[in-house]
Amino acid sequence: MADLSKDIGGSVSAMRRRVGDALAVLFLAATMTGLVVLMVLLVDIVVQAWGWLSPGFLANYPSRFPEQAGIKSAIFGSLWMISLTGLIAIPVGVGAAIYLEEYARTGWLLRVIQVNIANLAGVPSVLYGILGLALFVRFLLLGRSLIAGALTMALLILPVVIISAQEAIRAVPSGVREGALALGATRWEVVRDHLLPMSATGILTGVILALSRAIGETAPLLMIGALSFVAFIPEGIMDSFTVLPIQIFNWASRPQPEFKHLAAAGIVVLMVVLLIMNAAAITLRNRLDKRRQQV
Amino acid sequence: MSTESPEVNEVIEQTPHAGDGAPPTDQLAPTLMSATDAANTTRTKIEIENLNFWYGRKQALTDISLAIQERRVTAFIGPSGCGKSTLLRCLNRMNDLIPGARLEGTVRVDGHDIYNASDAVVVRRHIGMVFQKPNPFPKSIYQNIVWGAKINGFSGQPDELVERCLRQAALWDEVKDRLGDNAYNLSGGQQQRLCIARALAVEPEILLMDEPASALDPIATTKLEETILDLRERYTVVIVTHNMHQARRVSDETAFFYIGQLIEKTPTEQLFTRPREQRTEDYIMGRFG
Repeated sequence: MADLSKDIGGSVSAMRRRVGDALAVLFLAATMTGLVVLMVLLVDIVVQAWGWLSPGFLANYPSRFPEQAGIKSAIFGSLWMISLTGLIAIPVGVGAAIYLEEYARTGWLLRVIQVNIANLAGVPSVLYGILGLALFVRFLLLGRSLIAGALTMALLILPVVIISAQEAIRAVPSGVREGALALGATRWEVVRDHLLPMSATGILTGVILALSRAIGETAPLLMIGALSFVAFIPEGIMDSFTVLPIQIFNWASRPQPEFKHLAAAGIVVLMVVLLIMNAAAITLRNRLDKRRQQV
Repeated sequence: MSTESPEVNEVIEQTPHAGDGAPPTDQLAPTLMSATDAANTTRTKIEIENLNFWYGRKQALTDISLAIQERRVTAFIGPSGCGKSTLLRCLNRMNDLIPGARLEGTVRVDGHDIYNASDAVVVRRHIGMVFQKPNPFPKSIYQNIVWGAKINGFSGQPDELVERCLRQAALWDEVKDRLGDNAYNLSGGQQQRLCIARALAVEPEILLMDEPASALDPIATTKLEETILDLRERYTVVIVTHNMHQARRVSDETAFFYIGQLIEKTPTEQLFTRPREQRTEDYIMGRFG
C-alpha cells in the first residue's frame, strides 16, 4: 500500500504530468479549430456584405443590376416555406411519435419501422428533391409551387421530428403513465394531459433543429424547381417561389464581383432569420417550461 | 365514459360517499370494528380462481386461487420474485400493458369477471392503485386529485373533493395552505399519501398497494400505515409488502407466496403465530428471504 505520509509532500511524476498537460492543449486546439474557422468565415462574410446590407436590399426584388437587387421575395419565400413545412411536419411527426411510443405493439414490425426512420434521417436531401419532383410536382400536379416545396421539406425533416419527439415522450417517467392509467384513463387521455405537456419542450427542441435545417436546404428545392428570379411575393400555397439559400446560390454563381457581395449580404440575412427563429423558439420553450413548473 | 357497463354505473351510485363532502371521521365511525369480528361477518370482494400468468415463456404465477374479503386489509408477502406484485397487477389489469404477458383463469370482483366482462379502463377506474415509488403528476396538489375524477366524469365541487380525499389520506393538514404547489415539492411520504388521495378521488372500492412504503423513511412509513388502517373502514385494501412486520401491523389477512404459488392465506395473527406450512414458518422466522 502506498504510504501517504511519504507521498504527501512530493508531486506526481513529471512524465505523468506532462502527458496530461499536452493532452489538455490538444483538446483545447480541437475545440478552437471549429470555433476559429467559423469566426473567420463569419467575419469574411460580414466584411464582404458591408455596405450592401441596406434597407433597400431587404425591400427590393432581385434585379440584374446589382445596385438595385434585393432579397425581399426570398425572405418572404423562406418564411412561407418554413411555416408551411412546420404546419405539415409537426402534427404528422408528433402523431407518428405518439403512435410508435404509446400505441404500437413491440415486435419485429416496430423494429423495422424504427430502423427505417433512423435511416431516412440520413438520406441525402437531394433524393428527397427527386422524390418531391416525381410525387408532388408531377404526379399530384402541384407544379413548382410553395406547397410542393413544403411537402418535400416536410418529408425531409420528418424523421428528425419523429425521432426527437419519440425521445421526448420516452423520457416521461413511466410512473406517470402507470399512475394515470391506474385511475381509469384511456391511452389518449394520458397522452393529452400528461405525456404531451411533459414532453412539449423536448419536442419543440427537435422541431427547432429540424426547421433550422430546412431553412438552409437548397438541393431539394432546386430539384423541385424553385425559381431563382422572383419579382413578387407569394400570395398562396400554389404560387411559385424562391427561398434565401437559392437566391444566395444564384448570386454566388454569377461572374460579376458585385453579386458576390450580394450573396454575402444574403447569407447574413439568412443567419439573422435563423437566429431570430431559434431565439423565438427558445423563448417559447422556456415560457412553456416555467408555466409547467408553476401549475 | 361510453365504455361503462350498466352494473358499473350502479356500483358508482352505491358508493357511500359519492358527492358528499363531510369529513371522513363522521362516516367512518359506525363501521369501526376489530379485525377478528370482521373475519366472520365480511363477504368476498375479489375472487381469484385458478390463475396462471406468464411473462413470455416464463411462468410467474401458478394456479392461484384466493378470496379477498371486503373492507379488510389483505397483505401479500413472500420473497422477491415470488409473484406477489404480479398478482396484484392482475387485479386491476395493469399487466395488460406488458408486451408478451399472458393470463389464464378468472378474477371476479363482486361476481363480475374483470377480464371477460369489462374494459380494462373501467376496471382500473374501480380498482385504485398506489405504486412502489410515489408517482404524482408534475402538477399542483389540487390538480393531482382533480384530474382522475374529471376524466371519469366528475361534475361536483372540486374543492370539496380535494379536501375530502386529502383528509382520507391524512394529508390535508399538511398541505391545505398550499394546494397550488407542485406535487414534486412534497416529501416522499407526502407524495405517497397524495397518490392515495388521488386514487381515492375516483371513488374506487378496492385499493391496491404495491410496496407503498418501500421508498419511505420510518416516520413516513408509520404515518402511511395509520392511513391504511383508516382506509380499511371503507375500502378493500390489498397490500404487497416485503416487510413482514408491516404486514402484521396493517393487515387482517395475509397470503404467503413462494415461487409463483400461494402457500397459504389465513388471518394475519394466525399466519404469524401458527402457520400451517413449513415454508411459511421458515420464511417468517427469517430462515430464507
